[in-house]
Amino acid sequence: MSIPTTASGNRGLQLEQKLIFEQDTAGMTAVDLPTVPKVTSRLGDMENKQAVGLPGLSEPDVVRHYTRLSQKNYSIDSGFYPLGSCTMKHNPRLNEKMARLPGFADIHPFQPLSTVQGALELIDTCAHWLKTLTGMSAVAMSPAAGAHGELCGLMCIKSAHEANGQGHRKIVLVPESAHGTNPATAALCGYAVEAIPANAEGRVDVAALKQHLRPEIAAVMITNPNTCGLFERDCIAIAEAVHAAGAYFYMDGANYNAIVARLRIADLGVDAMHINLHKTFSTPHGGGGPGAGPTVLSEKLAPFAPVPMVIKAGKGFDAEEIAGHGAAKQSYGRMKGYHGQFGVFVRAVSYMMAMGVDGLRQASGDAVLNANYLLARLSEEMTPAFEGPCMHEAVFDDRFLRGTNVTTLDIAKALIDEGVHPPTMYFPLVVHGALLMEPTETESKATLDQFIVSMLHLARKAKSGTADAEFKAAPLLAPRRRLDETKAARKPILRWLPDPADNGQSNGQSSGQSNGQNKGAQQAAE
Amino acid sequence: MSDMRFTKDHEWIKIEGKIGTVGITQFAQGQLGDIVFVEVPAAGKQVKAGGEAAVVESVKAASEVYSPVSGTVKEGNAGLPDAPETVNSDPEGAGWFFKIELADPKELDQLMDKAAYEKFVAEQNH
Repeated sequence: MSIPTTASGNRGLQLEQKLIFEQDTAGMTAVDLPTVPKVTSRLGDMENKQAVGLPGLSEPDVVRHYTRLSQKNYSIDSGFYPLGSCTMKHNPRLNEKMARLPGFADIHPFQPLSTVQGALELIDTCAHWLKTLTGMSAVAMSPAAGAHGELCGLMCIKSAHEANGQGHRKIVLVPESAHGTNPATAALCGYAVEAIPANAEGRVDVAALKQHLRPEIAAVMITNPNTCGLFERDCIAIAEAVHAAGAYFYMDGANYNAIVARLRIADLGVDAMHINLHKTFSTPHGGGGPGAGPTVLSEKLAPFAPVPMVIKAGKGFDAEEIAGHGAAKQSYGRMKGYHGQFGVFVRAVSYMMAMGVDGLRQASGDAVLNANYLLARLSEEMTPAFEGPCMHEAVFDDRFLRGTNVTTLDIAKALIDEGVHPPTMYFPLVVHGALLMEPTETESKATLDQFIVSMLHLARKAKSGTADAEFKAAPLLAPRRRLDETKAARKPILRWLPDPADNGQSNGQSSGQSNGQNKGAQQAAE
Repeated sequence: MSDMRFTKDHEWIKIEGKIGTVGITQFAQGQLGDIVFVEVPAAGKQVKAGGEAAVVESVKAASEVYSPVSGTVKEGNAGLPDAPETVNSDPEGAGWFFKIELADPKELDQLMDKAAYEKFVAEQNH
């Protein structure tokens, strides 16, 4: 296949864009600034002796630069984004309208509480929904994202052990298929980590888990549904064994979107679980906005929750800000400024109220249905990693590529040519050459069918053995061809530096090189 | 190569007197793909058989390298962190991770010889 080259380097309406520093024209500026008045510098040795090196551009050039960059971004608003484990789903526009109401958008955390009663009530409403849906006693609202919520849960567990004279417990058990954040969180809390193997079905091996339980174990962390997209059926038995051993049961709620309004987490015997509002409750995710990881807690862990906490006071609301005081008597302290990601709470409450419990129940059901539709249709040419139905994610291994020269990576790159964001690949680690797909409930059958056509086409093409060169070169149609990921990891170029041969004088000309590197930067990296 | 022993986690150890040289196998580097980062232990570090001793990261995944035997690290391969690609090109030679003074040479009896390891890998690949 030959693609015509152009004099401009542009490919149709896909416009080439140089770095902003490479567009510098000396003296060019978008605004007329007044001449700097003569003043005596009081900075002494601290005075800047070198030019700052800001590029000179006109306003239209700046506008085009950032608009073109934004057009290179692939997002949930532009197309199908089946990134397993990340839950890239539609962000309803009603959420955005609510978040922009002046009473929510234009307030400041330092305002007197009497002037922000509505905002406190909204936090309390969000907390009420999360507690009711999970059946848990309390919720810490301030964690800023999933991993921060894990940290909150484990700090509550650590505080509880210390308060009960169990501070000698130093080990946390984590399944082999866990998100990397689980062992990282445990390590950050000062715990050693032991891995629990999975059984052949891709679930936690309960017998192995029980063998690991002993008086040194502080907690067990389990994701449910797990990272293989499977429901952990033995949670109640696990919880009983964990509690009998004097440890706590942390559930990673990253996949809560598959079970919300279907079961109550408290009924599984869970002591703490974070909830990714940016997954389950449809708030923006991945560059589009901050996450939020409120963490629900059992009665035993509730007293140790972090400050600040919103509390009911008479007819209105108050906030407990100081650990060791009032409702926060046993709180382990503060882990974030202010009350957490307030703008995200507004969006989540907007979603909860628009959907209702029946709507949330339908959403989790549709998420599972869509994943199983992919699993069933793609099984025609691909190999599912596990037998039986899945939850909200469908996992395939690379057995269907055995005997070909095509790898999981090549399939993912070829999907870019098909106009789809590739699924998560090579994760979970327990699945060989994994492709982890999460379609979510917000995709239509028509979108899924289109994706299935692309996927089956690629699988057949790979097996035919006639298109190996094309696969190895993919993507062929994207703004950039296959990047050298190994070199990018071994010798990363993390900042632009002027080319020393240029004598610091940029001439505004580009050689049109397409690898996005420049000589000066490369020298600096080596 | 009868002096080489292998673990189920795909490390090899080559014995010369009381000193063993440790690395990851040809099979392991092939599974990992292009290796982009390596961390080797410092001299003097005490490690246990099966305990974490080094780190290897590829474009696909990060993994621990476990010590096949207990003992004291004598030397980490200082050239490796700057040239992690050596593990891909020569995993069972120049791509060694560390040298260790064995605490108990009897531990070697628990490890596989080359023939047993090759059989083990063939079964894994099934």
